[in-house]
Amino acid sequence: MINPHTENAETNVAAEPTTDCSMRIDPTAACDPWVAQVAVITDIRPEIDSVSTYRFRFQNPDVAQAYRFLPGQFNMLYLPSCGESAISHSGPPAHDGTDFIHTIRFVGRVTDSISRLKVGDTIGVRGPFGAPWPWDTCLGRDVILMTGGLGLAPLRPMIYAMVSQREAFGRVVLLHGSRSPEQLLFADEIDAWRAAGVEVELTVDRADDAWDGNVGVVPLLLDRLPDVQPDQTEVLTCGPEIMMHYSAVSALRRGIPATSVWLSMERNMQCAAGLCGHCQWGAWFVCKDGPVFRYDRIHSLLSIRDL
Amino acid sequence: MTNTLPTDTEVAGMTPAASFLPRSALQTLLDLLLGQGYQVIGPRLDQGAIVYDSLERVEDLPAGWTEEQGPGLYRLQRRDDDALFGYAVGPHSWKRFLFPPQVNLMRSQQTDDGWRMSEVVQPVVRYAFLGVRACDLAAIAVQDRVFLQSGFVDKVYQQRREQALLIAINCTMAAATCFCTSMGSGPRCQQGYDLGLTELPSGFVVEVGSERGAALAANLPLEPLQDEQDQAAERARQRAVDDIGRRLDRDRVQTVLRERLQHPQWDAVAERCLSCANCTLVCPTCFCTSVDDVTNLTDQEVIRERRWDSCFNFDFSHISGGPVRDQTRSRYRQWLTHKLTTWVDQFGTSGCVGCGRCITWCPVGIDLTVEATLICQDQDADAETRS
Repeated sequence: MINPHTENAETNVAAEPTTDCSMRIDPTAACDPWVAQVAVITDIRPEIDSVSTYRFRFQNPDVAQAYRFLPGQFNMLYLPSCGESAISHSGPPAHDGTDFIHTIRFVGRVTDSISRLKVGDTIGVRGPFGAPWPWDTCLGRDVILMTGGLGLAPLRPMIYAMVSQREAFGRVVLLHGSRSPEQLLFADEIDAWRAAGVEVELTVDRADDAWDGNVGVVPLLLDRLPDVQPDQTEVLTCGPEIMMHYSAVSALRRGIPATSVWLSMERNMQCAAGLCGHCQWGAWFVCKDGPVFRYDRIHSLLSIRDL
Repeated sequence: MTNTLPTDTEVAGMTPAASFLPRSALQTLLDLLLGQGYQVIGPRLDQGAIVYDSLERVEDLPAGWTEEQGPGLYRLQRRDDDALFGYAVGPHSWKRFLFPPQVNLMRSQQTDDGWRMSEVVQPVVRYAFLGVRACDLAAIAVQDRVFLQSGFVDKVYQQRREQALLIAINCTMAAATCFCTSMGSGPRCQQGYDLGLTELPSGFVVEVGSERGAALAANLPLEPLQDEQDQAAERARQRAVDDIGRRLDRDRVQTVLRERLQHPQWDAVAERCLSCANCTLVCPTCFCTSVDDVTNLTDQEVIRERRWDSCFNFDFSHISGGPVRDQTRSRYRQWLTHKLTTWVDQFGTSGCVGCGRCITWCPVGIDLTVEATLICQDQDADAETRS
């Protein structure tokens, strides 16, 4: 097998930066990866049941000014005496001291504690970490996003960035599924995305009386999507592992090569720097080699249970 | 073999000039190290085992003791002589000093303006390790790659490693659990040490491995090495080679094990494995940690603390849906495949140095050389042609 570092470094990071989203972030140049910086909550916005979006700003202006992230990267959010949780960026790529945004589902000790915080409260942040979505690879190509549930959040920075440079891409398609219509994340933004040139198809597992859209799993949306040009398409998928697995299978069925399908994996992360061992998956450290992986490099691992 | 830190331990073109340190002058070496501010760590008897701990006197060393080792077996035994280093390896490795089991990473203090967070300043420690075996030199080189040469640098390890002085001891015997010859890591100390010793009844053959070692040697009452001492040392080192009976086909395992993830032997080993994590704790290269918070009684100050963890612990792989590796089978598979195969992908070296500690300290005597060999045995012609 090939060394995962050089592999991802070559693929995900361009030698010649062409846009803000392709700039190289060298996490090793940052200070001690174990030490958090304090950030203040500047806004809280409830989304769906048990999910809210938080806006943060680093307390130290120098840290805020220097902070950059790429779509697909994540931070470790730390609440002293509760612990730390790896959360993807869900806002537009931050530049020059602006706020950064995370959409959080309250499912565990750390995130439940975060749910009790108020605007003005502080939190620890380490990051950004991880390999981003393949921005440069997507430039000039059709991009299909396949997301399930909260999996839309780590791709929202990609949507914002693509919409802001819409002419730099071919077709941009969002195929999103949620359990039910009321669980539909970022529902109030979808019209704006459509207006900005994103084709959006939604589906739910269980419809209600008001729902007249698709019912079923996300891969079916790709099966039905008209006019897919397999050779000029990149598929980015994020959601439950099984959903990403079948989304990739569906993409391959449409003739899209495995080298053009990208998944964002979830594993336990404690250091986010490849030092603690928790996120290992085969030879990969999901925290630093991923979370975004190209499908051809991981498809043999996806089919093995509890690896 | 793996490389070591690009420090003065690898001085190009240096020929190790061997000399002889009389046993009566070993205390001089200890005094010299202590006088230079080193904390000397070496083998001592404790709780029925030979462990690594602070020492100041030659009398602290386990003179005349050796150990009997086997799968799930460790017993101290008297030797027929009073050799100071007449054993193989005990449950400790140098990992516990370079990569401490518990480290405070950062401190958070509750103030009127919210949390204030700061780095915990690490104490500067200067170790001199006395009695580093070839397998453990290799293990230190492996952890150098993990903590210093793979992107993010672990500052705690880095400080301790840069300061540490390594005095190696060539093995003159092997335990029944040793298999360093299979892993290419020993028993002869080849590189990565400052001073390299071979023990004879009357003293030590001394080889210099670095500039730091040369500076130390210059202050020792060394005698010119006699031919018969040189030959006796060579015979003693050969004894260790001849003693080693355990084998592992490293290259075959590296290529084949990764393709046998559904082998029935994983189930068979899981029936015996207690998932107790002993193997990972005694392993000189295992590096997994977890981070937890320790809060004072008023909840105003929180220390973020890093501790050794193990992939055998149930919640090690916990994610929102539950642990990924929820069975002993998958946890043992993770440990063995990582140690012997994927480690090579990650760090360019095997994670196993053949020290045999995991065999000895497994309470049910699971032997990784046996398990890996069983799993990698020919199943069909197809497997053969693939590798």
